[in-house]
Amino acid sequence: MNRILAIAQNTFRETVRDKILYNLILFALVMIASSLALGQLTLGNEDKVILDLGLGAISIFGLLIAIFIGIGLVYKELEKRTVYALLAKPVRRHELILGKYLGLLLTLAVNVAVMTVGLALALAYTGRAPAGAYLRLLPAVGLIFLALALATALALLFSTFSTPALSALFTFFIWVIGHFNADLARVGKGSAVGEALGRTLYYVIPNFSNFNLIDGRAVLQTAGYARPIEGWAVAGAGAYAVIYIALLLAIAIVIFSRRDFK
Amino acid sequence: MAVIEIENLTKDFAVGFWRKRPVRVLDDLTLEVRAGEIFGFLGPNGAGKSTTLKLLMRLLFPTSGSARILGRPAGDPAMHQRIGYLPENPYFYDYLTPRELLAFMGRLFGMGGPSLARKVDGLVRQVGLGESADVQLRKFSKGMVQRLGIAQALINDPEVVFLDEPMSGLDPLGRMEVRRIVTGLRERGVTVFLSSHILPDVEAICDRVAILNRGRLQEAGTLEDILRARIAGHELILSGWTDATLELLRPWCSEVRPMGERLHLRADDRENLEAVLRFVFAHGLELVSVNPIRPSLEEYFQTLVVGS
Repeated sequence: MNRILAIAQNTFRETVRDKILYNLILFALVMIASSLALGQLTLGNEDKVILDLGLGAISIFGLLIAIFIGIGLVYKELEKRTVYALLAKPVRRHELILGKYLGLLLTLAVNVAVMTVGLALALAYTGRAPAGAYLRLLPAVGLIFLALALATALALLFSTFSTPALSALFTFFIWVIGHFNADLARVGKGSAVGEALGRTLYYVIPNFSNFNLIDGRAVLQTAGYARPIEGWAVAGAGAYAVIYIALLLAIAIVIFSRRDFK
Repeated sequence: MAVIEIENLTKDFAVGFWRKRPVRVLDDLTLEVRAGEIFGFLGPNGAGKSTTLKLLMRLLFPTSGSARILGRPAGDPAMHQRIGYLPENPYFYDYLTPRELLAFMGRLFGMGGPSLARKVDGLVRQVGLGESADVQLRKFSKGMVQRLGIAQALINDPEVVFLDEPMSGLDPLGRMEVRRIVTGLRERGVTVFLSSHILPDVEAICDRVAILNRGRLQEAGTLEDILRARIAGHELILSGWTDATLELLRPWCSEVRPMGERLHLRADDRENLEAVLRFVFAHGLELVSVNPIRPSLEEYFQTLVVGS
């Protein structure tokens, strides 16, 4: 465990010293700030616009961080041969993968936290959101974090056997398809093969729409929106993410453990 | 006692994009390294030296054969606790400083606290990086990275150290320092497995060597033994010679060179050598010296590589 933590800490240090990270956070914060201006164009829905744009920004920029940094991490280890000295130490290969993943999660958590604070400040600037909205922001962001953790595990898996460019494409496509996963189940209706294919994809591709339970209206709980945030649905999404991530990491470990490092 | 035992180690790589075919990069290597010796692992580029080391470090999986280090199989993580490894052309996280890198590596061995900090301090000084201990590696020259590579291989006070081309990228002073470090390790009883193609360094510090070419072991033993078997004749120096004796000696010698009062001769084989010696004693010439002409490791190496 100590070795995994040492690798996680080093991974975190690597990402923190990477300039890409700061550029991405800066862009996200600029986007959240710009939602203030956009919100003024709407009538009475200012907070909802700020929240929807803000949560969207956290999600998109989190994904970019997961892709850009997540994919580079394992690939760079191999490309630059830093992995040689590391694996000659008493480090098992699965410890390297788990350590990298944990380090990356920590980076993501810190980034999501920074962006969330930015969003909360934007909300506070208008001063109209109910106090409970700030609290309800947490499960909303928590779900986004779970989706990002899942995307990161995907990126890590791809990077154990593919080039960064391909891994980035794969991860991005699956992220997009995963948001419209429910439609996949309906793909190919009428043809047995098509239906089977659609069903298979539906089950194999992670269902990212699971994590879209809480939008701006649900956070605000404004008049005309009575649906409360359902705890069991959030917990279900959490369990789904954990199981899926465990599966992805297990596959990544199997692939990585069999690799020859020429 | 054998510290490294390699038995019939073989490695094939699949090459080609579409129809992959195996290419043998290491062929049936069997080798033993004894405790406390500096073992030189020699061979031209592409001979299979780094592949062997990577197989020992379990960075590669063998096609067949096995390797044991300190009596344990090569993949045993507990054994890795007791060894050190410097990869060829090492590269480390360039966002770290030497102090941070060594501390990180130390933690992988379960080290920590003030004893790790002391160890790190000692090592950066030992490899001559004391003044750059807190500079990010991205600002380092190749030679400085190489020194740091040696330091990280020693962080856990290993019993066996594997150094893949430790002298490459170093200037003559740096090479001398590495030689000093390596001989220092031997004095502490550490076994060193050193792969290199810088022959003078190997000649200077290695107790025994193995020579690898195109994936096959050519020779293993002490340098003395390997080179003695390849004595390319003898050089004799005589004095008290005359033009007449010179002409009489000429048929047995491949080279005859008068230098002032002395005459330098070269006899290529034993028969000629004996004939020359008999003549010298029979005619009362003075024998100044007889020396076997041994190839240098460099010459031997050249014949080996060209010959193959």
